[in-house]
Amino acid sequence: MKAHRKKRLFAVLGTVAGVSIAVSLVLYALSENLNLFYTPSDVNAGKAPSNKSIKVGGLVVPGSVARGDNLIDVSFVIQDNSHQMTVYFSDVLPDLFKEGQGIVATGKLLDNGDFKASSVLAKHDENYMPPEVARALEESGHPVKKPNPQN
Amino acid sequence: MIVELAHFCLILALLVALFGAIFPMWGSFYHNSQMARLARPAAILQFLLVFLSFAGLVHAFVTDNFTVKYVAAHSYSQLPLIYKFCAAWGAHEGSMLLWIVILCGWSAAVALFSRQLPEQAVARVLSVMSMITIGFLSFSIFTSNPFETLLPHFPIDGRDLNPLLQDFGFIIHPPFLYMGYVGFSVAFAFAIAALIGGELDSAWARWSRPWTVAAWIFLTIGIALGSWWAYYELGWGGWWFWDPVENASFMPWLSGTALIHSLAVSEKRGVFKTWTVFLALITFCLSLLGTFIVRSGVITSVHSFAQDPVRGMFILIFLAIVVIAALTLFVLRGGAVKSTGRYQLISRESALLTNNMFLMMALLIVLTGTLFPLIMEAFDRSISVGAPYFNRLFSPVMLVLLTILGAGHWLHWKRNGKASLLKTIRTVSLITLGLLLATAYWLRGFSDFYVWIGMTVAFWVVASLLLDVFNKTKNASSLWRGLQKIKASYWGMQTAHLGLVFALVGIVLVSFASEEKLIKLAPGETYKMEGYEFTFERLGPVQGPNYIATRGTFSVKEQEDIFTLHSEKRRYTASGQVMTEAGINPGFTRDVYVSLGETLNERDWSVRIYIKAFVRWIWLGAILMALGGLIAISDRRYRLKLESRVAA
Repeated sequence: MKAHRKKRLFAVLGTVAGVSIAVSLVLYALSENLNLFYTPSDVNAGKAPSNKSIKVGGLVVPGSVARGDNLIDVSFVIQDNSHQMTVYFSDVLPDLFKEGQGIVATGKLLDNGDFKASSVLAKHDENYMPPEVARALEESGHPVKKPNPQN
Repeated sequence: MIVELAHFCLILALLVALFGAIFPMWGSFYHNSQMARLARPAAILQFLLVFLSFAGLVHAFVTDNFTVKYVAAHSYSQLPLIYKFCAAWGAHEGSMLLWIVILCGWSAAVALFSRQLPEQAVARVLSVMSMITIGFLSFSIFTSNPFETLLPHFPIDGRDLNPLLQDFGFIIHPPFLYMGYVGFSVAFAFAIAALIGGELDSAWARWSRPWTVAAWIFLTIGIALGSWWAYYELGWGGWWFWDPVENASFMPWLSGTALIHSLAVSEKRGVFKTWTVFLALITFCLSLLGTFIVRSGVITSVHSFAQDPVRGMFILIFLAIVVIAALTLFVLRGGAVKSTGRYQLISRESALLTNNMFLMMALLIVLTGTLFPLIMEAFDRSISVGAPYFNRLFSPVMLVLLTILGAGHWLHWKRNGKASLLKTIRTVSLITLGLLLATAYWLRGFSDFYVWIGMTVAFWVVASLLLDVFNKTKNASSLWRGLQKIKASYWGMQTAHLGLVFALVGIVLVSFASEEKLIKLAPGETYKMEGYEFTFERLGPVQGPNYIATRGTFSVKEQEDIFTLHSEKRRYTASGQVMTEAGINPGFTRDVYVSLGETLNERDWSVRIYIKAFVRWIWLGAILMALGGLIAISDRRYRLKLESRVAA
């Protein structure tokens, strides 16, 4: 094999190796940091892992918002119309957080099946229903009215 | 009437674009210079027509013409005039129109400022630009017409602009971002024209360079504005969220950055030409991908207004056509491009190529993290990628990149001897160490291991910049003389790289040396923390033009200084939305940030308090980068070419 051919072969092999290492690293990191979504029914059925960061979502049960002793800690109950779960949060609830509204929380499951949220998302628009929540309600047999597409 | 005229202008522009896409290209192939010469007037006419159309939309907003559906949905009679003006691009239809105006603006600029280019090249470049315009004009006219009316049953008043967007940062953020996004279409069109013609010489790289850098400047500013806006407007002091919409603008920035460097090497050394063309193609494709992500409604955030699947489909198909056509052309013709220069393993060329690879690696990380949830969404699986994914992968890539960037300054072109390499590394390391220790002494040590790493890399780049200036001036009779001799493009590079250092220092320090507190506070109470005293002075109602607010007044004691901060909870009357306005005292080395949380009982509020270390440096860095680009394109040699051609 001629010298420049050899050089080119090494360059090509090097690139392929580099790209594959890069891609596998990226995919590994990705799989470590994925937050999967679970409904309260999933959690109730024990489908959600307890040591990983996950997302849960549902409608906030009216009257369920309660404050801890220091007033900063807050807890509320979310439901998908067939099951409920309690979510604990120690930060400011978003401006659009309201009882009866759909929210999505990211965090970890506690041993007793409750949820410790690190972030709570209520979308920017009042008429907006998070798609995960809409789907969860649909799956549990209580579909909500589709929001107006103009929003 | 004006609305109908504006709509008509838009349709007429589509016809002119069709005309401008076909005839000049035809003329360039059959050496029909009359047809080829139509390219320039067609481009300028397109711009005038879409500009008039846009002016018509702005007019509808300013005059509260609620018969127009788009105006009724996104404006409000009580909205301050400046926001009525900006509301024109406050939602999907109008921002697409702004996009088109800017696209045609770039075409018109190419038409006006490309006299030194051969007729054939101009015809092809402008024809490609017209084809892109056709795509977006049809998108606007057929799927998102901003001039749709609500006659005969129109509302008395509008539904108001999204309160998040009623802000100075928002007024200028989208235009800058679009100028950047769309600006890369020029580099794209140049690359396509060059591939068609098979002439990819240094002249091609020199023509593309100022346009590409100009687009990159706008994109840099646009991204920085978005980050700044999120910082003070979203009320919790974050400056980057790895949100799909942010990533959408960051991806073309990464490949655009690779492109301007690769173009420089192609022009100077005649190497990496195929790679440069490829980058020019994918950078604009990434801009289109960004548009797809933002405009198709596959994600929902404050930016994405459209939820109409037809629109998403349209952009996706358009994106597919552009990507497939461009890459096919690249595969067919790209092989003909021969690089003329030679270089060895240890050389500046290698350093630049390696950095291009690292930028691509960074791009791959962002692309995967952004697209994966969207792809899974298509299979009805809801997934989000956590910020740790981006932070853990992106940071090491950037640190290696910056280290090589430093070395790129003092490595020689073509080949760099091993002995001199080791000697230079020793010198640079010593300067780095000196600067690092001095700074660590001044800031009384760094709190975190990562801060040490970040600062070391930052000073490594600074040391390299200093050494390079020293090398450039050492043969001159005096330092001043030497400095005067240095070209503008070199100062541009120095400034931009220094900007990157500023941004790095800002990012590292704000991430590891900031204070964050969430406390319970009632009016009259005082909260003490290290070096600061926060007093919640009072709480009172405030009546805004289109909102009612509860304003908290805080007095902050910082060592000897006392200043007042206001944070508001605003309730917008038309939409009923609630928004938080943070109170920020900006500073060169820290921001003091106070934001009202929520009422906890009759008396107490939760209050966020942040001491954000060096956060301004992030945006200052971006400004320096943009300034560097500006200095670089002001370099005389881009104009000299023009003058010499005119003289000839």
